Amino acid sequence: MEDLLEILRDLHPDVDFENEKHLIDDGILDSMDIVSLISEISESFDVTITAKYIVPENFNSAEALYELIERLEDED
Amino acid sequence: MQNNVLNYLYGTAPKCPDKIAYSDGEVSLTFGEVYKQCRCVGSFLNSKGVYKKPVVIFMRRGPKEIAAFLGTVAGGCFYVPVDEEMPVGRIQLILDNVKSPVIICDRETVEAAKSFNIGDGEIVLYEEISAFPENAAALDRIYSAAIDTDPIYIVFTSGSTGIPKGVAACHRSVIDYIEQLSEILEFNENTVFGNQTPLYFDASLKEIYPTLKFGATAYIIPKKLFSIPTALVEYLNQHKINTICWVVSALTMVSAFGTFKEMKPEYLTTVAFGSELFPVKQLRLWQQAVPNAKFTNLYGPTECTGMCCYYHVEREFEDNELIPVGRPFPNREILLLKEGNVPAGEGEEGEICVRGTAVTLGYYNDPERTAKAFVQNPLNTAYPELIYRTGDIGRYNDHGELVFVSRLDHQIKHMGHRVELGEVEVNIAMLPGVQMAACLYDSARKKIVLYYVGEMSEAELASEARPKLPRYMLPNKIIKLDEMPLTANRKINRVRLKEMYEEK
Repeated sequence: MEDLLEILRDLHPDVDFENEKHLIDDGILDSMDIVSLISEISESFDVTITAKYIVPENFNSAEALYELIERLEDED
Repeated sequence: MQNNVLNYLYGTAPKCPDKIAYSDGEVSLTFGEVYKQCRCVGSFLNSKGVYKKPVVIFMRRGPKEIAAFLGTVAGGCFYVPVDEEMPVGRIQLILDNVKSPVIICDRETVEAAKSFNIGDGEIVLYEEISAFPENAAALDRIYSAAIDTDPIYIVFTSGSTGIPKGVAACHRSVIDYIEQLSEILEFNENTVFGNQTPLYFDASLKEIYPTLKFGATAYIIPKKLFSIPTALVEYLNQHKINTICWVVSALTMVSAFGTFKEMKPEYLTTVAFGSELFPVKQLRLWQQAVPNAKFTNLYGPTECTGMCCYYHVEREFEDNELIPVGRPFPNREILLLKEGNVPAGEGEEGEICVRGTAVTLGYYNDPERTAKAFVQNPLNTAYPELIYRTGDIGRYNDHGELVFVSRLDHQIKHMGHRVELGEVEVNIAMLPGVQMAACLYDSARKKIVLYYVGEMSEAELASEARPKLPRYMLPNKIIKLDEMPLTANRKINRVRLKEMYEEK
């Protein structure tokens, strides 16, 4: 989880990713952010996030995103 | 002869008044409604005695914003779009430049608009003025007095000094662009556009005016969908969108994550892209997903009214090959000029310069910067003739097609936007507690990298930068240094910075 938070903070140092729950709905992360986020995640965690997982439910909070990563790691 | 962009609307509205012109999926305006609201807004401006003046439009992106643009033109004025997405500092600079007597807002933006210093300008609500009683006689007088070299809009683009430049374009340039573009991309009354670009850029001309010319329909796709690729494709299919002119990063967002394995756009016949190089691998994914669509690369600076070169993708490309910019639209000429204003020879590189009606009027209230870029054609000493120097370097390939090579200066293309790294640096360096700032661009990973020296932490700097810079200009990576590397004559050592970045 700490690794993911680091990636997120690197993207937007001024956002409180531990508590923010509407990253997509409130437009805090935009499409450019999603693109760089997915590529950083695939480098650090060795998982590939494909289009079917790129939905607000998975990206609205760091917690949800981390759950997605764990789920994808288990599938491998 | 047509000398006013409104001619498109006035011809089409009586023919198909009930057809949807513009929609965002929720709010829609028919041609009849666009006509009526446009006439009301024009009549309101007339009643205020506002004529041949810039009118700031500060509204939410959507169909009504377009009707406000057209109403401004009906009043004999020119529109200056600003948007909540823009940082407040930039909006204030725009307001200071144009000194608009009227600022048209909607209920969602009016509070934000009141927070700016607008001098003698008056804030009015679109919801009210779009129901103002029509004064047909006055509007007809304005229409018949219009000259096609009068401006219809000013859009602002990045400037290296930190002050954005307002590009003003006239009826004639826009009509010429719309006529040529419509032939090249074969628009017609059955075209259903899916607009991606913000309406405060000239990129949106592609949807706004051909829709009026043909009685087509344009969907203004909500921005959030560009973060959710499957929902975006669903939206395209739901509205039977057949024509998209998107920046490359928006197309790549869909193709790069395997969206086409889940679903495919079912109605697309025309895919135009531009503003950046399209990676061939991604282009191929699109071509496989929509095999019946025609793909066209477009190129052009805002200063030459939208796009001015095109290339229909007709052959196979290798993974590392550049997709050409192609050739100029009819009624424009590209001059490739080497140093000393000598035309480049066969296969040689030169600065891309544009000649023709497409060349805009220049930068609004900015004669100095206008004179630098809009210059006398050096190949013509016989009579006055302005060309625009793009600062882009190009050459012709073995197929005789123009290809973009690089920039003369520190301007970059980032996520489809034109960014002067100098503007980023100036805005960061002006923040209290920052001594020095320098940017470089990691083009492989598409990141603006900022190095700075100062007391502020990286997180503080990131939040301080937000109100100053548009989102697409915000550094993607911020690195604090104890000391900035300098050259022998005390300038920032950019070569060393690049090395430091690559070492990391």
